[in-house]
Amino acid sequence: MTSLLEPPTAAAAPPKVGRLVDQFEKGLDAPICLTWELTYACNLSCVHCLSSSGKRDPRELSTEQCKAIIDELQRMQVFYVNIGGGEPTVRSDFWELVDYATEHQVGVKFSTNGVRIDRKVAERLAASDYVDVQISLDGATAEVNDAVRGPGSFAMAIRALENLSEAGFRDAKISVVVTRENVDQLDDFKALADKYGATLRITRLRPSGRAVDVWDDLHPTHEQQRQLYDWLVAHGEGVLTGDSFFHLSAFGSSGGGSLPGLNLCGAGRVVCLIDPVGDVYACPFAIHDNFHAGNILTDGGFESVWKNSTLFRQLREPQSAGACASCNFFDACRGGCMAAKFFTGLPMDGPDPECVQGYGQSALEGERTVPQSSVDHSRTGKRAERRTPAAPVPLTLLTTPPAKFCDENPLAGL
Amino acid sequence: MTAPGATAVSGESTDTTAFDPGAGWRLHPQVALRPEPFGALLYHFGTRKLSFLKNTVIVDVVRSMGEHDSVRDALRAHGIDENAERVYLHALRTLADSHMIVPA
Amino acid sequence: MSDRDNAVIESVLVEESLVEEVSIDGMCGVY
Repeated sequence: MTSLLEPPTAAAAPPKVGRLVDQFEKGLDAPICLTWELTYACNLSCVHCLSSSGKRDPRELSTEQCKAIIDELQRMQVFYVNIGGGEPTVRSDFWELVDYATEHQVGVKFSTNGVRIDRKVAERLAASDYVDVQISLDGATAEVNDAVRGPGSFAMAIRALENLSEAGFRDAKISVVVTRENVDQLDDFKALADKYGATLRITRLRPSGRAVDVWDDLHPTHEQQRQLYDWLVAHGEGVLTGDSFFHLSAFGSSGGGSLPGLNLCGAGRVVCLIDPVGDVYACPFAIHDNFHAGNILTDGGFESVWKNSTLFRQLREPQSAGACASCNFFDACRGGCMAAKFFTGLPMDGPDPECVQGYGQSALEGERTVPQSSVDHSRTGKRAERRTPAAPVPLTLLTTPPAKFCDENPLAGL
Repeated sequence: MTAPGATAVSGESTDTTAFDPGAGWRLHPQVALRPEPFGALLYHFGTRKLSFLKNTVIVDVVRSMGEHDSVRDALRAHGIDENAERVYLHALRTLADSHMIVPA
Repeated sequence: MSDRDNAVIESVLVEESLVEEVSIDGMCGVY
């Protein structure tokens, strides 16, 4: 029997654990979830499209190649894949691939503009337990939404939500990219989600893809960032963010605190992108040579790229704070978003362009060169024409085999 | 989807049975456990919740819990005595609250 | 207790806890 005067033994002390975020920054053996863009084809031409989608790429992966990726994801125990594009539902094998994934222990959420979510599809989805649906919407009114996504796109998204709700599909997601034009509509978005029994998701506008041309005009102002942060703190329970506002956590020091989520950049550490031709990028907002980790066809499959690529190994090294090292808030914001810095032409070791302390604003006013990505599947060649979204391409039901790749119609054969 | 290790969970409800370490508990059949160097990830395919287990001892406890008559037995089998169990019980209670573990 | 004390205590609790829960949506880089 031990005396009360003896100090507790080492075995009684609780295990030293530390913060999870420190563990994650070294990377994992497999992503926890990832984005998989199935096609660059799309019926819309949203002005801010992160993947510059529109025309199908002739090198798009086949059904069998896609199934091989799913087999790898299952082996690696990737829990969840967000299937997007372009518009993923325009692929004729879309349902086959979704079913294959869910039959092989890979959970699926797919992002869609709603074009194919008719009543029959909605009923099929309502009968399935393991598929989540995310409808893209960037305005709570047609006026605000269609200015970015094209005429009729608001109506199409609402129709999809109605069909899902009537079919008894529970908990669809409405995914909104927050812009200067829609930040005053946050309550309205929440009301829309409530109306259709859906969950609201709001995410950050990154200057990626076509957004590189419109970001200066569309991204929220400093005051609006504060407005957004305050709204999330006050009303954000039950609102998803994809952890995309972790750069705003630096507002938390004056009351409010961190936003929920890992609060760190997941690129190459816990997430990545697989694109329609099998290229692997650190993040869907970084489709550019500088963030290209490899290709699943030529580099031995997805697992090999995830584990061994030079880029991902570099990202998994401790990142220097760089110019942000002396800032008191670095620990909260972690220097912000790589893609946001890169596509505004700011240095990677400097402040985020939307740094809440204002350091990014000063940097934006200086000399900078904005990079262009060579990966561009937009239907509109001329950059000046892209600021107004083109009308949607109508989908027609085809019974003939896929047309040649040189077809003008980006959705030919779909 | 055929969730990992799934068989029908009879009488499954959304109520949380109060966590009693004197009783037997097991991993929910819809939960996937993925070992990692720091511990493990748990993902519940039904609730879409993700949990991190932050050391390897708790991972071993969770994995073997279903084979022991009680949670306490499982803890003792992995070298966790009365002095050390508080933080483990707290963690297991959290897992029970999110249905990651269920009564055996 | 001040807000700062509360924040310190909360962060200590998270650090000592063996389980941390995050939404599957709580990872930046998935759209």
